[in-house]
Amino acid sequence: MIALLIRDLRLAFRAGGGFGLGLGFFLILAVLVPLGVGPDPQTLGLIAPGILWVGALLACLLSLDRMFALDHEDGSLDLLATAPIPLEGVVAIKALAHWLTTCLPLALVAPVLGILLNLPGPGYLWLVLSLLLGTPALSMIGAFGAALTVGLKRGGLLLSLLVLPLYVPTLVFGAQSVTRAAQGLDPLTPILLMSGITAGSLALLPFAAAFALRINLR
Amino acid sequence: MASLWEYANPVKFMQTSGWLMPVAAVLAAGMIAVGLVWGFFLTPDDFRQGSTVKIIFLHVPSALMAINAWAMMLVTSLIWLVRRHHVSALAAKAAAPIGATMTLIALITGAIWGQPMWGTWWAWDPRLTSFLILFLFYIGYIALWSAIEDPDTAADLTAVLCLVGSVFAVLSRYAALFWNQGLHQGASLSVAPGTRMDWSYKGPLYLCMVGFVMLFIALVLAGTRTEIRARRLRALLTRERAMG
Repeated sequence: MIALLIRDLRLAFRAGGGFGLGLGFFLILAVLVPLGVGPDPQTLGLIAPGILWVGALLACLLSLDRMFALDHEDGSLDLLATAPIPLEGVVAIKALAHWLTTCLPLALVAPVLGILLNLPGPGYLWLVLSLLLGTPALSMIGAFGAALTVGLKRGGLLLSLLVLPLYVPTLVFGAQSVTRAAQGLDPLTPILLMSGITAGSLALLPFAAAFALRINLR
Repeated sequence: MASLWEYANPVKFMQTSGWLMPVAAVLAAGMIAVGLVWGFFLTPDDFRQGSTVKIIFLHVPSALMAINAWAMMLVTSLIWLVRRHHVSALAAKAAAPIGATMTLIALITGAIWGQPMWGTWWAWDPRLTSFLILFLFYIGYIALWSAIEDPDTAADLTAVLCLVGSVFAVLSRYAALFWNQGLHQGASLSVAPGTRMDWSYKGPLYLCMVGFVMLFIALVLAGTRTEIRARRLRALLTRERAMG
């Protein structure tokens, strides 16, 4: 399983792997929003938590359709499915690789973009923390969506249509925790609820995703 | 011994639904017609809301069915996954567009009511927001059905999506509640149902609700029958082609 993780990470980092695309998207979004909304720092500070969370979510969505599609095309997914490790484990590892290559950098870059958007002082710590705790759920839900659409030729758009409604609770609680922290309120309740969703997704969704993969591979 | 599982047999299902569907359709038409005429013309106007309140006779029944259609899809998806009855999967497929339409009716009638009452077509009230999200879930479910060619694969995948989606739909409901309480201080826009309503309102409302249930049953049966016939047609065509 570790070998699989290392393989996926290598594929992502090497040329053509698409590493950094999500980061670039996130950056562009954080630049475009002030251009659209106007440079008023007060307004930007008010919407910064929501923008950063929505941006991270969309950037995470960008690379989802590659999660199983490439392996499906060249047949290595069939090999993985017949390998001695359980398919649930494969799904979890794939989601972990996606998280490490896409979501973790997003969480680390987010405070810099927070400065661009004039995020109020107390929000920074909770922004990073909420992204770190919330994005694993995004990767795992995304893995489930990617497993559902892996056999389709133009699965990308359908994938976002399926996955985005599932992202709603994570987004609401994640953005709420940052908003509350930025306003000087207690952000603990939403962040705990969000972590609950993450924990539940990590525990249950590998089974659903592996089930979907098996159906698509039969 | 009659049991529900008999209807897993398509022939048996077609026999029973053949007479059940027209009965439900006639009942639905009758009840909705009587309920709406009673509610719109014979019930006095509300002393504060005037005649706009009467949209409740369409709004509440459609909202009821919007949620119950998803619940029905959840049950039929489970039956499909566990017992592999094709009729069950096809019923779930037939229910999805109807549920989506009901959600849309509830949203639109709500907007028409909200404009004169709240002064806005749309407010990000938790209840409104959850319905919009429910509509998105319906769209995703229908899109997945239409995207996959192999019918059994499609049935399996949409069933899994329905199960996972149900969990997240409930989570979204509570997230929306949390979210709006966090921003607005409990500006309760929604009218609490069942608060001492007079029978001149309750009567037509109940009648319309049961009428909508009947309408839903009739439509789902019609949709399922269509799907079964389409399957049979496809099987016949394949056989003919094989015979040469």
